[in-house]
Amino acid sequence: MIREVNSLDLLYLIMAARWTLALTAMAFVGGGLLGMIVLLLRVVPLRPLRWLAMGWIQAIQGTPLLAQLFVFFFGFAIFGYRVSPWVAAGVAFSIYASAFFAEIWRGCVEAVPRQQWEASAALGLGFGQQLRYVIVPQAFRISIPPTVGFLVQLVKNTSLASVIGFVELTREGQITTGATFRPFLVYGIVALLYFLICFPLSQWSQHLERRLNVAHSH
Amino acid sequence: MIYTFSFRDVFAQFDTLLNGAVLTLQLSAITMVAGLVIGIVGALARSWGPLPVRLTAATYVEAIRNTPLLIQLFIVFFGLPGMGLRLDATPAAVAALSINLGAYATEIIRAGIQAIHKSQVEAGLALGLSRLQVFRYVVLFPALKVIYPALASQFILLMLATSVVSQISVPELFHTASVLQSRTFRDFEVYIVAAGMYLAMALIFRLAFALIHRWVFQR
Repeated sequence: MIREVNSLDLLYLIMAARWTLALTAMAFVGGGLLGMIVLLLRVVPLRPLRWLAMGWIQAIQGTPLLAQLFVFFFGFAIFGYRVSPWVAAGVAFSIYASAFFAEIWRGCVEAVPRQQWEASAALGLGFGQQLRYVIVPQAFRISIPPTVGFLVQLVKNTSLASVIGFVELTREGQITTGATFRPFLVYGIVALLYFLICFPLSQWSQHLERRLNVAHSH
Repeated sequence: MIYTFSFRDVFAQFDTLLNGAVLTLQLSAITMVAGLVIGIVGALARSWGPLPVRLTAATYVEAIRNTPLLIQLFIVFFGLPGMGLRLDATPAAVAALSINLGAYATEIIRAGIQAIHKSQVEAGLALGLSRLQVFRYVVLFPALKVIYPALASQFILLMLATSVVSQISVPELFHTASVLQSRTFRDFEVYIVAAGMYLAMALIFRLAFALIHRWVFQR
């Protein structure tokens, strides 16, 4: 039976936004850790490892996230694991994010002047020490604004997890639409909730970037 | 459990996937042109328009860039008929994709416009050109040159994002893959092949954009 949209629906949508945030957090942590490994392979002075990392990044940035979700969702089943949408989405989003984080952070590492590498090498530091004491501390500051910017992309892209049956904000919107048949209103509310999550993050990212530019223009 | 991969069923119906890929390419091409036009107009409005126009353009950009494409698509396809505007799946997809890309293009091209030195604009005005003429002859081309790489990668992301319109049954590559999956039950193989086709298209687009760059900007 078709019913009206009521305040309880709104509450359910807000509650579902928690799972959007939870999936984003999973992707951020998982993708961040994996991304650091990919980044390390990407900058290590050993050619086969660099190629491996480049191939990884190309393959993931060159295919749709939707296809990755399905490949992982069904890929687990092949090896005899029946995984929940949580695991499939968590793994797929982590892998997706790792490629983008690796590329973003590589840009930040390369933004550190070449002389910093040379100077630290001249001081007798090894590759690991160079990274740890000289390069990473400088690259980290540069990396915050684009990382926050990518977080906005992640929040929005978690909407695709609805397709493999993960109940987050978009899926809840579809369920509510099915019951009330008021798609414009319901998806409007869903869009507003996404906006309320993403807009402050976008603004924060821009603010951080401006501050960094001011700091660097001295 | 040992799984035996079987791509035979998938490749037996490879032509249906190819038809889907053709529609994906068409959707991408139309959207790229529309998005570029929206982006140029939007960037002009946002940089040089009167205050209400600037605010409208800024609201458009922020509203689109901070909400998911999937929801924008649902609003256009499921929501607008309630407002009296009924679109078929494919036109709805083109509309949603163009509105989406237009917002990103606006922001990218605006950054290019900001990179053009103010003295260039002043020189153009001093020569007696109107503001629109200055935009067209002095600002636009160098601005596009500056932001070309960013715009090209946004276009490739858009091509991959067209897979999302499979959710409203537009028969493009990803939707074709889903149909093939339900027909062959070769889930993994179907999506691996589809992903490979997207990868190939992404590489083709990257090559094409590099050629366009050389042809347009490096003469």
